[in-house]
Amino acid sequence: MKIFVCVKHVPDTAATIKIEGDTGFKDSEIKFVASPYDEYGIEEAVKLVEKNGGEVVIVTVGKPGADATIRSALAMGAERGILVTTDSQFLDATLTAKALKAAMEKDGMPDIIFTGKGSVDSETFQTQYRLAGYLGMPVVNDVSKLTVDGGKAVAELEVGGGDKQVIEMNLPCVIGATKGLNEPRYPKFPDIMKAKKKKIEQMTLADLGIDGAAGAVTLEKLEPVPERSGAKMIEGSVEDQVTELIRILKEDEKVL
Amino acid sequence: MARTGILIETENNAVKDTSLGVMTAAKGQEIIALVTDADPAGLKDKLAEFGAAKIVKLAASGGDITASPDLLAEALAAAVKEFDLTALLGTASVPGKDLFARLAALMDLPLVSDCVGLDLAAKTARKSHFSGKTFATLKVDAPVLLATVRPNAIEAEPAPAAGETAEFTADVTDPGKLVIKEVKKGDAGKIDLTEAPIIITGGRAIKAAENYKMLDDCAAKIGAAVGASRAAVDAGYAPHSMQVGQTGKTVSPRLYIACGVSGAVQHFAGMKTSKVIVAINEDKDAPIFAKCDYGIVGDIFEVVPVLTEKL
Ligand SMILES: Cc1cc2nc3c(=O)[nH]c(=O)nc-3n(C[C@H](O)[C@H](O)[C@H](O)COP(=O)(O)OP(=O)(O)OC[C@H]3O[C@@H](n4cnc5c(N)ncnc54)[C@H](O)[C@@H]3O)c2cc1C
Repeated sequence: MKIFVCVKHVPDTAATIKIEGDTGFKDSEIKFVASPYDEYGIEEAVKLVEKNGGEVVIVTVGKPGADATIRSALAMGAERGILVTTDSQFLDATLTAKALKAAMEKDGMPDIIFTGKGSVDSETFQTQYRLAGYLGMPVVNDVSKLTVDGGKAVAELEVGGGDKQVIEMNLPCVIGATKGLNEPRYPKFPDIMKAKKKKIEQMTLADLGIDGAAGAVTLEKLEPVPERSGAKMIEGSVEDQVTELIRILKEDEKVL
Repeated sequence: MARTGILIETENNAVKDTSLGVMTAAKGQEIIALVTDADPAGLKDKLAEFGAAKIVKLAASGGDITASPDLLAEALAAAVKEFDLTALLGTASVPGKDLFARLAALMDLPLVSDCVGLDLAAKTARKSHFSGKTFATLKVDAPVLLATVRPNAIEAEPAPAAGETAEFTADVTDPGKLVIKEVKKGDAGKIDLTEAPIIITGGRAIKAAENYKMLDDCAAKIGAAVGASRAAVDAGYAPHSMQVGQTGKTVSPRLYIACGVSGAVQHFAGMKTSKVIVAINEDKDAPIFAKCDYGIVGDIFEVVPVLTEKL
């Protein structure tokens, strides 16, 4: 069984984003990690290969520094990595999907492709669908339970209001992973050492015949979400506090 | 006038309030409301009041569009052509996000997911980047702009229009590659978190699954949904479907009441764009008080029952 896991190299969610110019941010000072949802995909892929044999290949489209993020995925048990390098953190989702497709076709097609349900930097929630579209594969997202058996996959996903759908599809398919699917492992020291020797193949977007500037969506401005300056504290007895809160919410804020 | 399609979401044959906000995002455009799962006649008054020039019941020759997301995406693609739309907008609900991503892949058109602001004339959209820490303004260069709008992010404003009803059956037949085997119903009657106008969240301080009943009682009085922090979910007090935050739901209600939540960045990533945030916490130095609008220092087990009683 061959499994690709698409992993995005993103700023740690605890990092402070310092904006530079209109659309840039200071990336030299912050820690980058695998986008958290992608880790559920890595774990699921490694578990499937542990059970059925085969290999897990990490595919990343990102800046050159993304090799460190790929190493962390290799330490979780993936066999090797492919890094398609770009100049910018933000690449049009269409181009990312085209780059992923081209890199995968060059390497040889898989039985399953995992992605996270979305990346935590650009939050576009669409690359997996485009990749599936380009490859002619079925795709489901937000998957919190998966069984793979005899050429078929059965996925369980949340569809809102706590309702869940159980969906069956043929392999090969694209699965967008989310929390609940598994508990991603913490690599142990020997795994981290072993990962250092694993192979990461590098290529550029241009090597795959893709023009990174050809996207239809351009980032015009990046700005901080305004922070609240601190709460107005409501004092007094519990009765008084609650009465005053309800008054504020009804009369001043008009949200009740 | 440029023509914009709005995919209307309904519940019990009524238009969801979140869809009205999406219509307001298309203010100034000729609005075609597309309905898939209800009788348009019953929705006519509401949709006309909020700006629909036309209300179209969408169907597919190949079968029930509500039963296959791929078939529905094909039918929507056909509607874009039929009505010569220059934009198609939907709600960034769980099914809305999924459907629009399928549609964008099918039509190979750009898509902006989960917008908090839109300027259709300029073809720009504003959305969260970096888990709610920044807003990005994106410019879209495409013949048709596809976007989903974060529920409650844009307040609905009436803008009366003709609201003529019509039907359109798209000639599409490919059922797609997914077979839906089963739908497991969650807790019936609960308001979906991402779409709720008011949310009351219980953090680790809730201490036991059964204590969520206290929040359920309060929520029931004001039509709120109940959420949880990751610490509460990880402790087994609440299911993951209730989790608000970076690895849970992103919500933007008009009122968010956090009970016994410390205010971690990853929690704020999911609720920062709420209109008003209230925190109840026994620790006067809890970080959440520095980042919310109104605070009460107190024990949630004392404050919440009084709140429920007085609401
Ligand atoms: C990659 C990543 C993703 C994450 N994703 C999420 C996410 O999606 N959502 C999320 O919520 N977190 C997320 N977290 C976790 C986050 O960092 C915090 O650990 C979590 O939000 C803490 O939950 P809490 O506020 O309920 O618990 P705590 O931090 O333990 O806070 C409990 C609070 O309750 C107060 N309290 C206790 N008892 C009472 C009482 N009786 N009355 C009043 N107040 C009381 C305490 O003073 C305290 O402030 C994520 C973390 C990481 C690293």
